[in-house]
Amino acid sequence: MSSTAELEHASPPAAAIYLTPPEDNYLTHDKGVMSWIFTLDHKRIGILYMGTVLSFFLVGGIFALSLRTELLWYNTPDKFHLDKELTLNLYNNMFTLHGAIMVFLFIIPAIPAIMGNLILPIMLGAKDVAFPRLNLMSLWIYWIGGTFFLYVLLGGVLHYGFAMFGHPNVNLPGGMGLDTGWTFYAPYSTTKSLAGVVPATLGAFVVGFSSILTGVNFITTLHILRPKGMTWFRMPLFLWGLYATSIIQILATPVLAITLLLVVAERTMHVGIFDPAIGGDPVLFQHFFWFYSHPAVYIMILPAMGVISELITVFSRKHIFGYNFIAFSSIAIALLGFLVWGHHMFVSGQSPMTDSIFSFITFSVAIPSAVKVFNWTATLYRGSIRFKTPMLYALGFILLFTVGGLTGLFLGALSTDVPLHDTYFVVAHFHYVMMGSMLFAFLGGMYYWFPKIFGKMYHEQTGQVAALVVFLGFNLAFFPQFIAGTQGMPRRWATYPEQYQIYHRFSTAGAYLMGLGLFIVAGNWIHALKRGNKAPPNPWGGNTLEWHCTSPPPYYNFKKTPAVDDPYALGAWEYVSEEQGWVPRHSEPPPLAPPGQNVAITH
Amino acid sequence: MFMHPSILPILADIWMPRAASTVAGPIDWLFYFILYICIFFFFLILGLLVAFSWMYRYQPGKTQGPAPKHSTALELTWTFIPTVIVIVIFYYGFKGYLDLAVPPPNAYPVIVLAQTWGYQFQYPDGAIDDVLHIPAGRPVELILNSKDVIHGFYVPEFRLKKDIVPGRFNRLWFQANEPTEPDKPYDVYCTQYCGQGHSTMRSTVTVDSRIDFDKYIYKISHFVGPPPAQGRHIYEKHQCIGCHSVDGTRMTGPTWKNMWGNPVDFESGPRLAAVDAAYIRESILQPGAKIVKTFSNVMPPQSLKDEEINEVIAYIQTLSDNYKPPATTQPTSGPATAPTTAPSAPLTASAGSAPASDSTK
Repeated sequence: MSSTAELEHASPPAAAIYLTPPEDNYLTHDKGVMSWIFTLDHKRIGILYMGTVLSFFLVGGIFALSLRTELLWYNTPDKFHLDKELTLNLYNNMFTLHGAIMVFLFIIPAIPAIMGNLILPIMLGAKDVAFPRLNLMSLWIYWIGGTFFLYVLLGGVLHYGFAMFGHPNVNLPGGMGLDTGWTFYAPYSTTKSLAGVVPATLGAFVVGFSSILTGVNFITTLHILRPKGMTWFRMPLFLWGLYATSIIQILATPVLAITLLLVVAERTMHVGIFDPAIGGDPVLFQHFFWFYSHPAVYIMILPAMGVISELITVFSRKHIFGYNFIAFSSIAIALLGFLVWGHHMFVSGQSPMTDSIFSFITFSVAIPSAVKVFNWTATLYRGSIRFKTPMLYALGFILLFTVGGLTGLFLGALSTDVPLHDTYFVVAHFHYVMMGSMLFAFLGGMYYWFPKIFGKMYHEQTGQVAALVVFLGFNLAFFPQFIAGTQGMPRRWATYPEQYQIYHRFSTAGAYLMGLGLFIVAGNWIHALKRGNKAPPNPWGGNTLEWHCTSPPPYYNFKKTPAVDDPYALGAWEYVSEEQGWVPRHSEPPPLAPPGQNVAITH
Repeated sequence: MFMHPSILPILADIWMPRAASTVAGPIDWLFYFILYICIFFFFLILGLLVAFSWMYRYQPGKTQGPAPKHSTALELTWTFIPTVIVIVIFYYGFKGYLDLAVPPPNAYPVIVLAQTWGYQFQYPDGAIDDVLHIPAGRPVELILNSKDVIHGFYVPEFRLKKDIVPGRFNRLWFQANEPTEPDKPYDVYCTQYCGQGHSTMRSTVTVDSRIDFDKYIYKISHFVGPPPAQGRHIYEKHQCIGCHSVDGTRMTGPTWKNMWGNPVDFESGPRLAAVDAAYIRESILQPGAKIVKTFSNVMPPQSLKDEEINEVIAYIQTLSDNYKPPATTQPTSGPATAPTTAPSAPLTASAGSAPASDSTK
C-alpha cells in the first residue's frame, strides 16, 4: 500500500477517499501467465481455484441438466426408439460423473479453496498463509486430480459418441466412462463396472491430497498468524468454520485415499478385500467409504455456515447473536460428524445394535445444527436489515438448511429410514443440504467478497433477481423429490414406472429454472468484471479485517499487522454516500489505525 | 396408541402410498409425527425470518434499538428443547426397528436369489418363479442372496427394504393381511445401484388368499412338458429372459435366436465354427470363459442341474430358423436355405413335440 495515503488528510472532505488505492494491487503486481501459474500469493491461488472449480461446476451442472432431461419421460429409450443398452449406460455415466465431479471437484474445494484462500489470510491481517509453497502445491495437485476426471470424461464422450454411430468399441485405455455412482460401491466397482473406475478413483485419491494440504495450511495459519488482540474467541466465525473443516480434512481424507487405492488393487490384482467371491466383504467397503464421506458432508457445510454467520451479521448491522455457541457448535459438528457414518448402512444388514448406536449419535448432530439456525435468526432481531444480494442468499440458506436438516430426522430415525433409504427422499434431502445450503452460501459469499477480490461492483438488481430465480428453481426441482421418494421412487434409475412421471416433470422444470438463474449470476459477474463500477474498500460495512484494506487488496495485504478487537463491532462504521461505502466513524477513535498504519481517516 | 395419519388427510394422501403390511402402520405413524414437528419448526423459522425482515428492515432515519449479544438462558432453552424432541424420535424409531428386525418363529421362508438384473424366488418345496406370491395373514421371511453385486429389495407398500449383499444372508420379514386386487400386485424395486439394468430390475409381489396361494404353489411346482418347453420355463423363471432375447433383439447378452449351429466370434480366442451343446453348457456354468465379441462379461455363473441345462439346450435348438422337430409325423416348414454348417442333431431325441413358443406360465 502506498504511503501517499497520508496525503489525503489534506484533501477537502467531499472529494476525499477513505483509502487511497496503492500503486499496484495483487492483480497488477506481476504480469504474464507464468506469474500466475507459479504465484505464491494466496489471492492469486484463490482466483485460479475459482476459475477451475467453477469450470467443473459448469460441467457437473450440464450433466445434471442432461440427466434431468432424460428423466422427463418414464420410458425415454422406448419412446424415442433409442438403443436401450446405450441409453441406460449413458444415464448411469451421467449421474455418476455429475455426482463425482460435483462432490470431489466442486463442493468440497469450493468454499475452503476459493474463499478460504482469498480471504483467510486477509481476515487475519497476515501477508499470506503459513506455507505459501505448500498452498501452490495443493493447487497443482488439484489440477492433476482434475485431469484424471477429464480423462474419464473424454473417454466416456468418445465411447458413447462413437457407439451412437455404430462403433461400440472405441475406447481410451481405462477410460470408457464411469458407471459406479460417486460412491464406488464394491463389488460392482471392482468387478463389473466400466474401466473408468481406475482413473477416476486415482483422480479422487490425488484430489484428496490437495484437500489435506489445504487443511494443514489453514490450521497452521490460524494457530500462528492470528494478529495481536485476536484471541480464539475473537476470531471471525468464518474462520471457525474453516478451522473445523480443516480438522476433518486432515483426519478423514487419508481414509478415503486408502480405500480408493484398495479398490484399484482389488480391481487390478484381485486381492479379495471387498469382493465376497474371493473372500472379501462388501460392507467393509461401505464402512471405509462413509468414514470419510460422511464427515465430508460437514467439510461441505461447515465453511458454508461460517460464510452465513458473516453475511447475517453484516447485513443486519448487528453483532452476531451467541458467538460462543456458534463457534462451539462448529467444533461439535466436526467431532460428532466422525461418529455417524453407519447411518448410511441401516438397510445393509449390519446388526441392529450397531444401527441403534449410529442412529442415536446421528440425532446428536441435529442439536448443534438447530442451535446455529436459532442464533442466525435471533441475530436479525432489532437489526437494520439491508436486502443486498448476499443477504438474500443468506436468508435463502437458512430456509433451505432448515428443510434439509429437518428432513434428516426422517432418515436418522431407524424405522422411517427403512422405506426412505435409497429413494428420491434421500436425493432431495442431501441436495437441500449439500447443494441448496452449500451453493447458496457459496453464491452469497461470492457476491459478498466479489468487490473486495476484483475491486468491481456487480449489478445489484440483477443479482437480486437471479437470487430469487435460483431459489424458486431449486425448490421446484427438489421439493417434489421428497414426495416421489415417499411414494417409493428409487434413486439412480434411468427409467421408472409411469406413476412417478409427474414429480420428475416438476423436478426437471425446476432444474432448468435454476440453470437459467445461475447463467444470470454468471453473466452478472462477467459483466461486473468488464464494466463494473469501482468498488469502495468497504461496500457493506463489515468489520472483519479484509474490509480494512483497499479493493482489490494490495499485494502484501497489510504492511503491518493490524491489531484487532471484536470482529462484529459494526457500530464503528458509517455509510458515506460520496464514498459509496462505509468508513470508520470519525466521532470515535479509529478502531484499527495504530500509529504507522496506513489507514487515512477523512470523515 | 398410534395417532391416526388421517387427521391431516390431504397430507396423508400426498405422502405415503397404501400401507399393506403389518409394520407399515407404526412406521407411518412415526413418519407423520416427524412431519408435524418439521412443519411446526419450518413455519416457526419462516415466520421469524419474515417478521424480523419486515420489522427490522433498514429505514433511513430510524435508529436501531439495543439488542443483546447473547443470552445464556435462551441458548440453553433452544438446545434443550431439540434434545428432548430428538430423543423421543430416536426412541420410537428404535422401537419400530426392533419389530422389523425380529421375525416371528412360524414365518414362511422364501429364498430370494438376485442377480444382474432380476429376481428369482424359491419356495420351500424348491419351485422357482420370477415373481413373488405370499400367503395373506401369515408372516413371511425372505432370505436374501445375491449371485454377483449388491442389489436391493424394496416394496413401497410394505415400507420394507433390505440390501441383498453377496456373501451375506440378509433377512427380511413381513406380514400382509389383505390379498392384493386381481392383476394389481405390488411392485418390487431394486434400490442398490447394480449397473446398466438397475432401473429395469423390478418384480412384483402378490398377496394371495390361502387357497389361491396353495393353488399357485401347486401350479409352479408341477410344471410338466417336453424338454424344449421345460427349457422355455427355465428361460423365464431363471432370469435368462432379462438379458437374452429370443427374437434377435440385441440386449445385454447375445440373442438366442439362430444361435444354435452358427459360428460365433469371441473377444479373445479362436472363432467357434458352430455353437454346440458343450459351448452352451460352459457358458451357463462359467459365463466368463468365452465372451462373445462386442459383449461384456457381466453374467454370473448359473447353478442349474445337468438335466435343466439339457432342457435349456433343447429350447435353444428350437429357436433356430432351420430347426426340425424330431417327430416325423408332420413335415416342418422352416426356411428353405440351409446354412453351410449343418446344425448338430438335436440333443434330446426323445422329445416329440413342437417348439414351445407360447408362454408356459
